[in-house]
Amino acid sequence: MSDIRLQIDGKDVKATEGMTLLEAARGAGISIPTLCHHDKLVPFGGCRLCLVEVEVAGWTKLVVSCVYLAEENLIVRTRTEKIEKIRKTLLELLLAHAPDAPALKALAEEYGADADRYEKEASFCIHCGLCVRYCAEVKKKHAVGFIDRGIRKEISFLPHIAAVECNDCKECFPLCPTSYLQAAFVLIEALAFPRGSSQSS
Amino acid sequence: MVQLRSPQELEKLREDLLTQRDPSRPCISACAGAGCLASGAQEVIDAFTRELQTQGLQADVDTRGTGCPGFCEQGPVVVIHPEETCYLRVKPEDVPEIVSHLKDKKVVERLLYVDPATGERTTREGDIPFYKNQQRNIISDNIRIDSKSIDDYLAIGGYAALCKVLFSMSAEEVLDEIKASNLRGRGGAGFPAGRKWEGSRNAPGEPKYVIVNADEGDPGAFMDRALLEGNPHSILEGLIIGGYTIGAQEGYIYVRQEYPLAVENVTLAIAEAEKYGLLGKSILGSGFDFKVVVHRGAGAFVCGESTALMTALEGRVGEPRPKYIRSNEKGLWNKPSLLNNVETWANVPRIINRGAEWFTQIGTESSKGTKIFSLVGKITNTGLVEVPMGMPLRDIIYKIGGGIPDGKRFKAVQTGGPSGGCIPESLLDLAVGFDELTQAGSMMGSGGMIVMDEDTCMVDVARYFIEFLTDESCGKCLPCREGLRQMARILTNISQGKGKAGDLETLEELSEAAMEASLCALGKSAPNPFLSTLRYFRDEYEAHIQEQRCPACSCKALISFYIEPEKCTGCRICLKKCPVDAIDGDKKKIHIIDQDKCTTCGVCADVCPSHFGAVKRLSGVPVPADLAEDQRRVIRKSKGQ
Repeated sequence: MSDIRLQIDGKDVKATEGMTLLEAARGAGISIPTLCHHDKLVPFGGCRLCLVEVEVAGWTKLVVSCVYLAEENLIVRTRTEKIEKIRKTLLELLLAHAPDAPALKALAEEYGADADRYEKEASFCIHCGLCVRYCAEVKKKHAVGFIDRGIRKEISFLPHIAAVECNDCKECFPLCPTSYLQAAFVLIEALAFPRGSSQSS
Repeated sequence: MVQLRSPQELEKLREDLLTQRDPSRPCISACAGAGCLASGAQEVIDAFTRELQTQGLQADVDTRGTGCPGFCEQGPVVVIHPEETCYLRVKPEDVPEIVSHLKDKKVVERLLYVDPATGERTTREGDIPFYKNQQRNIISDNIRIDSKSIDDYLAIGGYAALCKVLFSMSAEEVLDEIKASNLRGRGGAGFPAGRKWEGSRNAPGEPKYVIVNADEGDPGAFMDRALLEGNPHSILEGLIIGGYTIGAQEGYIYVRQEYPLAVENVTLAIAEAEKYGLLGKSILGSGFDFKVVVHRGAGAFVCGESTALMTALEGRVGEPRPKYIRSNEKGLWNKPSLLNNVETWANVPRIINRGAEWFTQIGTESSKGTKIFSLVGKITNTGLVEVPMGMPLRDIIYKIGGGIPDGKRFKAVQTGGPSGGCIPESLLDLAVGFDELTQAGSMMGSGGMIVMDEDTCMVDVARYFIEFLTDESCGKCLPCREGLRQMARILTNISQGKGKAGDLETLEELSEAAMEASLCALGKSAPNPFLSTLRYFRDEYEAHIQEQRCPACSCKALISFYIEPEKCTGCRICLKKCPVDAIDGDKKKIHIIDQDKCTTCGVCADVCPSHFGAVKRLSGVPVPADLAEDQRRVIRKSKGQ
């Protein structure tokens, strides 16, 4: 595999073919914030927090580093004024859902995001999709999925699969940045397969 | 039907069809497009069939159900050939009279087009100002053929371009022709079609696919529906040519489920083309195989976005892909996939037949050819209009559209669909073209054009479109899902008089995040309705926020209704229609609205006879005090006083 040389935040970085900017940056010790990224999962590009500026032949544009692939001679900036401002806005939008989530609170502090900027929302799911994708891609069980669309979109366990698979797994629990997943599980468990009636052996 | 095995057999069939047809034979053609059908065209067509039998003329007169001619405002539209006498708003009861005059060629005057300004009547279809000022290169064929008949399409020269491509042009030559034509995509972004085709042709990977994007979702836009319903073979012909050029043998038509007639007509067109051997194995004996599949969309607006459309075609949830790879190189099932809009495909056979040079003579430097717009809203002539690129907006709205009805003043025209922008009166001389509209803060989009008059509140317009886009966001990426949710909420507050200082800055910040960080074009362009109205109508936003006043007197929470005592005649119409009994009065007693009970629904203003016009909308000013009881008697003024 041939090496790709690029520059991230002024630092010369080596990457290999097929590597994303996020992987290249993290490999070189440059930190980029993410909420929907997981090393074992296909890049999702949902939270957009990892956006960076790339410069090709004098033209700059914003891209998300978890999807954009490293290119030879690319110049990448991970923290411009514009990027910081957009990240702050994105975090404030999420804090309307989950103001107490530790992962969000830490990032809010770093970017100066105001947790009270927007009116609070009822659901504290931030739609990172980690649970849904982990269950589908790693466990291949599809016990939890997204339902509906847009602002009505939410995660939901599928009772007939969850009743069989979840009690002995729960590997998705620690992935959830806001604990909404646990709440959703408790709800489906209470409704569809109360403790003791589990079908699992 | 026989399988045609060579170009000669196709030409022979065409000749036979033409010799069987007598152009001087009377023919009644009625629009059988969705718009006219909704206004009762089917009943009219049935009435013609019955009446021709009754009068014993069924052997002497042909009937034809055509595609949409575009003049939807005046439907059902009926045209008598060969004179091209055009009858508008035809009802079944008009049919016996029309049929009885077929022989003596007398014109039924009362059904002709009447110019609203001069009262002058126009007999010939092409002389009606609505049509006369257009350049109808594409939509004109809609009225020349029965939309369900492949023979009609062949009789007007259909599939000649395909024949030319398959037997006298190499794929490179076709590509060069499309590139030379400077055809730009008619679906939204205006990407050069030739470059897109070239990308797919050169991209590695087999099989390749060609796709028709007929997921026309913009509110008020129906040009693609009209083309697919009215002339489905022209789209198929373009698609097959595209397949031949990039090396694809499979095509998909992604059409929304809400267009049942388009689905029906294009499905029939495919079956008929297959029977003639114009689709399938070795088309016309050329050795080129091609098949087409119709896929019906399930209703998500975002599926008009090319990568979401391809994901949906694969049978998965229609969400856009996050990848930074063009879908013409890696699209459907990760294979090179050439997707174009319906109207783009419709241009292809015409460019091949008449040459890129013909095409580039029409339009502006950067936007070539014609464009079909759906002209709707506060406009006299609602319908589909096809004009050369570069025509000033003013000509489209006034010369073709007939201006604003009810003597109202033009305020803005919204172009480009929900994520387009509003263009004010000061820019009415703007030439329509891809780049011109983008520079003005709007866009071409798929060609929606919504005209707004002085009674339209621009804050409410922005709120409406942002709400629409919030509802249609797929929800995958944060700046679109959450950003639009908050934008819709703030705009709703402003329109209800609950706006506060800093709201506009917050909206601008959310707009920037959505434009810069969203995953797909839906989110990236979604703030346009807000940004363009802020750019041209900032004073309206400020009036709402600072004075709780709606300058257009449109936002329900900010207006009051008031009955002007000197105009009220005490007729009791509004009093009886008020749904909340908020109006007090009696016969010959001046009516008064109880402001505490009034829900500002506006029914009183709607029902007050226009020659009285006594109900007034107020915003930002106090409602005048009610008259004392003894002053409420209506005194009829005698004439001359």
